[in-house]
Amino acid sequence: MLAKRIIPCLDVKDGRVVKGVNFVGLRDAGDPVESAQRYSAGGADEITFLDITASHENRRTLFDLVDQTASTVAVPLTVGGGVRERRDVSELLHAGADKVSINSAAVANPTFIRDMAEAYGAQAIVVAIDAKRIPGETDKWTVYTHGGRRDTGLDAIAWAKRMADYGAGEILLTSMDRDGTQDGYDLVLTRAVVDAISIPVIASGGVGTLAHVRDGFAAGGADAALAASIFHDGHYTVAEVKEYLLDQGVCVRPPERN
Amino acid sequence: MTTGRVAIVDLGLGNLHSVAKAFERAGANAELSSDPDVLLRADRLVMPGQGAFKECAHALAGEIGEAVRSWIDSGRPYLGICLGMQVLFESSDEAPGEKGLGVFSGSVKRFATDLRDAEGGRLKVPHIGWNQIESTHPVFENEEWYYFVHSYYCVPDDESLVVATTDYGAPFCSAIARDNVLACQFHPEKSQHAGARLIGHFLGDVSWS
Repeated sequence: MLAKRIIPCLDVKDGRVVKGVNFVGLRDAGDPVESAQRYSAGGADEITFLDITASHENRRTLFDLVDQTASTVAVPLTVGGGVRERRDVSELLHAGADKVSINSAAVANPTFIRDMAEAYGAQAIVVAIDAKRIPGETDKWTVYTHGGRRDTGLDAIAWAKRMADYGAGEILLTSMDRDGTQDGYDLVLTRAVVDAISIPVIASGGVGTLAHVRDGFAAGGADAALAASIFHDGHYTVAEVKEYLLDQGVCVRPPERN
Repeated sequence: MTTGRVAIVDLGLGNLHSVAKAFERAGANAELSSDPDVLLRADRLVMPGQGAFKECAHALAGEIGEAVRSWIDSGRPYLGICLGMQVLFESSDEAPGEKGLGVFSGSVKRFATDLRDAEGGRLKVPHIGWNQIESTHPVFENEEWYYFVHSYYCVPDDESLVVATTDYGAPFCSAIARDNVLACQFHPEKSQHAGARLIGHFLGDVSWS
């Protein structure tokens, strides 16, 4: 039976892991390569780097990190942030990323996703959707871009469907309302997107407890759970999350005891 | 470990760094190449998944494909990964009319779109993520977890080729072995300890027929 995946996410800025709340108030959380190695050893099913480096000059630092990580970590590596054109995708894949996550550039030019899926295979193309609930609505969300600063007005569910139709391999769905709050995934949003499309959905934004991860799978129906702060802050190891999920009857790949 | 030289067939259709790195981690002297002479001088040959069946079949229609066939005939160790397993067969649903290497008779089928798991949940295509194998073959451990990314799977005419199966709605063939040929649908290079063990077996002196 296909296992639900646990994916630690590392927000990377200028070569360091950082963590903030709602994309602001960043603080240092360690070395990305060491963190990726530790998570992988603990049973992480994949690793995701989200690069939030502002300057183009520091892009080379990211490629080095990706190369070092891919050389030493034998689980799939997804890298996103600042991917705007074909060259960005190609450079990240050549540095050793298995998948590239694309956000703002998909909104600016949706056919970019189709072109990239045709060029590199759907399995290499993840579309990241930052969704925020419309104030006063219970089941309507719009898509935000540019690190959560710009409301595109696009309906998040319709956008997820369109991206799946355009050949995205997976959707990385982040709730802007929950990100960094540790209040749990937006389960209504997650379920709505999962039910709308036939490609895997990675739930993101808001995990604070073990039960939140379980709920993302059980109630949200997600295929994978992405989390950052519960791992970086040392609240839980990946192995502890997996032991809990196994206890709760969720199918996950058990951590290896080596 | 003395493993001799491992040649990784590079058809120019994908990024093979992760495969090369996995063999380097295992202590092998691994080299990517598209040159038939270089490939034929190696001690072990690896054909990773790259591109789609059509492009892969086209790339193998010329002298590289001949080199791979003669390699397999020569009895030296071959490891096919993902599409590198699928191209050993004659044809694929992915590209009707295109010919694989035809080392084994059989075809490559697409997963049905209406697959359901044991609880009635809808299964997605592609099959992406970690799944278990069932195997009694010596190079595998039964119920090991491997990383899969694919929409198509091999259906050999000779069922005795199948040495591992995996359940996705129904059991499908996830590895084959015959004499000097070992091939798997999953990605050992992305499968952490299980993948490293399999690569170790391939680099060792195990006969896997």
